[in-house]
Amino acid sequence: MAVRTFIEAIREGLAEEMRRDPAVIVLGEDVGKKGGVFLATDGLWAEFGDDRVIDTPLTESMIVGTSVGAALNGLRPVAEIQFADFIFPAFNQIVSEAARMRYRTVSGATVPMVIRAPFGGGVHGALYHSQSVEAFFAHVPGIKTVVPSTPYDAKGLLRASIRDEDPVLFLEHKKMYRSVRGEVPEGEYTVPIGRAAVRRTGRRLTVVAYGLMVHYALEAAERVAEEGIDCEVVDLRTLRPLDRETLLASVRKTGKCLVVYEDNRFGGYGAEIAAIVAEEAFEYLDGPVSRLAGPDTPAMPYNHVLEEWFMLSPAKIADAIRRLAAY
Amino acid sequence: MTVADQHGSTAASGLAAAYGLVDADLVAMYRTMALARALDERMWVLNRSGRAPFVISGQGHEGAQVGIAWPLRRDHDWVAPFYRSIATCLVAGMTPRELMLAQFARGSDPSSGGRQMPGHYGHAGHHVVSVSSPVATQILHAAGIALAARIRGLDQVAMAIMGEGSSNQGDVHEALNFVAIHRLPFVFVVENNGYAISVPAERELSVRDVADRAAGYGIPGTVVDGTDVLACYAAARDAVDRARRGDGPSMIEAKVTRLTGHSSDDQQTKYRSEAELAETRALDPLPIFRDQLRAAGVLDEVAQLEIDGDVALAVEDATAFAEAEPDPDPATGVDHVFADRSSNEPPPPWHPAPREGAR
Repeated sequence: MAVRTFIEAIREGLAEEMRRDPAVIVLGEDVGKKGGVFLATDGLWAEFGDDRVIDTPLTESMIVGTSVGAALNGLRPVAEIQFADFIFPAFNQIVSEAARMRYRTVSGATVPMVIRAPFGGGVHGALYHSQSVEAFFAHVPGIKTVVPSTPYDAKGLLRASIRDEDPVLFLEHKKMYRSVRGEVPEGEYTVPIGRAAVRRTGRRLTVVAYGLMVHYALEAAERVAEEGIDCEVVDLRTLRPLDRETLLASVRKTGKCLVVYEDNRFGGYGAEIAAIVAEEAFEYLDGPVSRLAGPDTPAMPYNHVLEEWFMLSPAKIADAIRRLAAY
Repeated sequence: MTVADQHGSTAASGLAAAYGLVDADLVAMYRTMALARALDERMWVLNRSGRAPFVISGQGHEGAQVGIAWPLRRDHDWVAPFYRSIATCLVAGMTPRELMLAQFARGSDPSSGGRQMPGHYGHAGHHVVSVSSPVATQILHAAGIALAARIRGLDQVAMAIMGEGSSNQGDVHEALNFVAIHRLPFVFVVENNGYAISVPAERELSVRDVADRAAGYGIPGTVVDGTDVLACYAAARDAVDRARRGDGPSMIEAKVTRLTGHSSDDQQTKYRSEAELAETRALDPLPIFRDQLRAAGVLDEVAQLEIDGDVALAVEDATAFAEAEPDPDPATGVDHVFADRSSNEPPPPWHPAPREGAR
């Protein structure tokens, strides 16, 4: 199997889906000749041309709104929002339009489309190039939210997202683009939306994470393993629809649950995980369902000391594991 | 959408011939306007008699709506309308029964299965994009539809329609810039009735004519009198033809009047004077078009009475039919969230089962 970086896997997934299905188009800011600011679409314009790889003006609402229209008229658009931080001008088109079209037409009109957006911090991106936006969208019925953590999943889940009949928000942690490598098989495969993966098995405590935090959690689990704390790490992979079975099976086995997310804590996606575990695994719990998340500041600050203060790390996660394990 | 082929009648008065139409077209246009008006008026009666919680009206807009939608090819071109587009939806092929099913929010309502407020029409088969309440979003959908038509090599035209109040939204700028850059087969229609709910045009527009803004995108912008149905038709035909032959988008602004309050929940006498309201009634496109057709000899009293009778029957039939249809089944409330019901959030497992008959 070939080894690919996270972003190479995404690029290959896009190219292969575009070759497979002429209805797939890509649109966004700088996605054409430049190949995207992160080079996720590099080479696509040369292969597929102006019609299918469309450089748009700096207009996020238009990028999503025209994708909705193009999907209504038979295409499968893959829209790129250059940074997840800039998705908010499109919030209305995503929440009021894309996510509701099926419901409000009783499936008469549907919008199979993907919105790709790099999210997350730790790259000196400050307030407006670091945000985690998943909580805003995972809240909304009618749109799926996918957050892969490995190159294999990135490619397989992107393929599944493009083929899905509903809109999918596909969040890519930008710090992983070149720092995470992994094996990606040649040829056709997909990873189903809505299935979590147990990345590490253990009996003492369950750590629930997604995106970059999966890698940090695995590193933290290795550290505490040396101290005799045996952790299980669940990678959610899809935030909505959520794989409750895998989540609950793990917590019912370990009796303790630490939810790790990079976004600020209050009202974050991890709060929903904590609520579900409390509701549905209460009798199995041997300690408080705990959240480790970013501080409740409006966004991530720039200065490297402040950024490190904001970001989670394997060390911070290991500390939280120790505290919960000792409860 | 000419009717000459359907009826085989090719008689053309001077009036019809001046627009490349036959008399049967003009009569059909008038009939559609009259039908839209009568349905709309019935919806208000239903509201005021407690049989429908809400109505939003197209009264005063029908001339512009019928004239402008007439050149579209039914079930081929696309229209992204707004919540006053009752006559537009009739031209696009929706039936009085379908519109009344939306008014009563019945389970069989093809627009939304009773999920949306009345007036939020949509019909996939007729290429009518589902109307939502956040205004102007549909212009981007129409832009995307036009983009898809171009990419797929289809000769479709996409038309987006809204009021002048909505035309101030940012999505309008983003859409017009994009369709103009790519010279997409797109027509933007503004039905300017002078009010955004209660706010008059001089407080919501920096220019007198929204069409002036077309120049900023390098596309043609035309102002038409919304009481002149055939002028609306001619402007739209030019715009649709231009779009279809690949010469790019354009804008049409029809000056219309709003004969009713914003909706059944609005009392427009609070912000419009009696004198002004009396003036608006003189700008009602329905009697103006009727008189024009009478003067041209296209419509005589017998034909007019026949149309009035047909329209009254259609309204009765649609009302009785829709009112008798069942409400949606609450068990279907969680349908159509995703393609696959297994993607829905399950209810919490420990919640008590709903009481028998509870809704």
